[in-house]
Amino acid sequence: MQRIKSFVLGMLVLFALWVAIAGTDRDELVAGFLIALLISWIFRRNFELLGELRLNPQALLRIPVYLALFLRELVKSSLDVARRVLSPSLPINPGIVKVRTKLQSKLGRIILANSITLTPGTMTVETRGEYLYIHWIDTQCEDVEAATRSIVHCFEQHLEVIFG
Amino acid sequence: MAELTHVIFTAALYVSLLALVLGFVRFLRGPSSADRVVALDIMTTCGIALIVFIAFFGGRAIYVDVALVYALLSFLGVIAVGRYLEGGL
Amino acid sequence: MIAFIGSLICLAGSVFLLLGALGLLRMPDVYNRMQAGTKATTLGSLLTLLGIGIAQPAWLLKLLILVIFILLTNPISSNVLVRAAHFKGVKLTEKTVRDNLKDDQEKGGDGD
Repeated sequence: MQRIKSFVLGMLVLFALWVAIAGTDRDELVAGFLIALLISWIFRRNFELLGELRLNPQALLRIPVYLALFLRELVKSSLDVARRVLSPSLPINPGIVKVRTKLQSKLGRIILANSITLTPGTMTVETRGEYLYIHWIDTQCEDVEAATRSIVHCFEQHLEVIFG
Repeated sequence: MAELTHVIFTAALYVSLLALVLGFVRFLRGPSSADRVVALDIMTTCGIALIVFIAFFGGRAIYVDVALVYALLSFLGVIAVGRYLEGGL
Repeated sequence: MIAFIGSLICLAGSVFLLLGALGLLRMPDVYNRMQAGTKATTLGSLLTLLGIGIAQPAWLLKLLILVIFILLTNPISSNVLVRAAHFKGVKLTEKTVRDNLKDDQEKGGDGD
């Protein structure tokens, strides 16, 4: 069941991509469908990650909420970079801290790591199981629990609902 | 209004070009190979924006596809170089 | 009018691209350079492409795909590069207060 779900999801994503680029000509639709089918069958092992997406309404409703949060953080982080780069004294206090995530799903962890990279002052360097090592441009605390609260928590609460 | 719009778009083109040049300065100065690849990564992002600018000023939609393919290939290239630096290739 | 709004968004985006490149020049080590570079250029290219998409609505769909692609791949490539740099032992700047990853690597070998 999980396999079928990830296969169909992967195929839908590929097919949507094809239609968006190639248009809705009838021949294009047929060719796109066949190619999406072929690719998602060849890479079915890699697409199994997609099966971790939950499809209940509660999880689906969280996706736009998460996207809005993410975009807000992206703008904030760029402004933060701008402030640091433009100030003559270059106010940085960098360090690599360790945080722990509660997420079990692999896809959830990947998305968490990528979101952390695009939020103010933090960038994922390495992931090992449930621990993430994060380069922090303005280190405020070195303790695992405190760093987890201030970096990971705001994303995790949404990702937990979406991926588990 | 159309005149002003054109001027602003041209200014944006030159500012992006300046960003590419600054990235290239870091690319030349190094000092380590990791610095150079980081600079290359930033330069490709600026490059994508510049290709889309060319598409816009030339009014040719085909260059947007070029930018799409360039984004794909440069991502693969950066990943390959990163793997190589790690010794995993 | 709508093209004018697009041009302003586009200009804002190119300024962010410039700031990212400036960060690349000014920051003291690879890690901070990557931080400044990735964030500012991601938002910068996003705004630039959206600005052009607003001025040229026929291309909006393709530009959106490009934006989503950049949004997905930029953090991954920065992660891979920084990990490679740390693996190779590129030094952090003297201002660095802590390196937990290095401590853990010395303590227990490399897990992965």
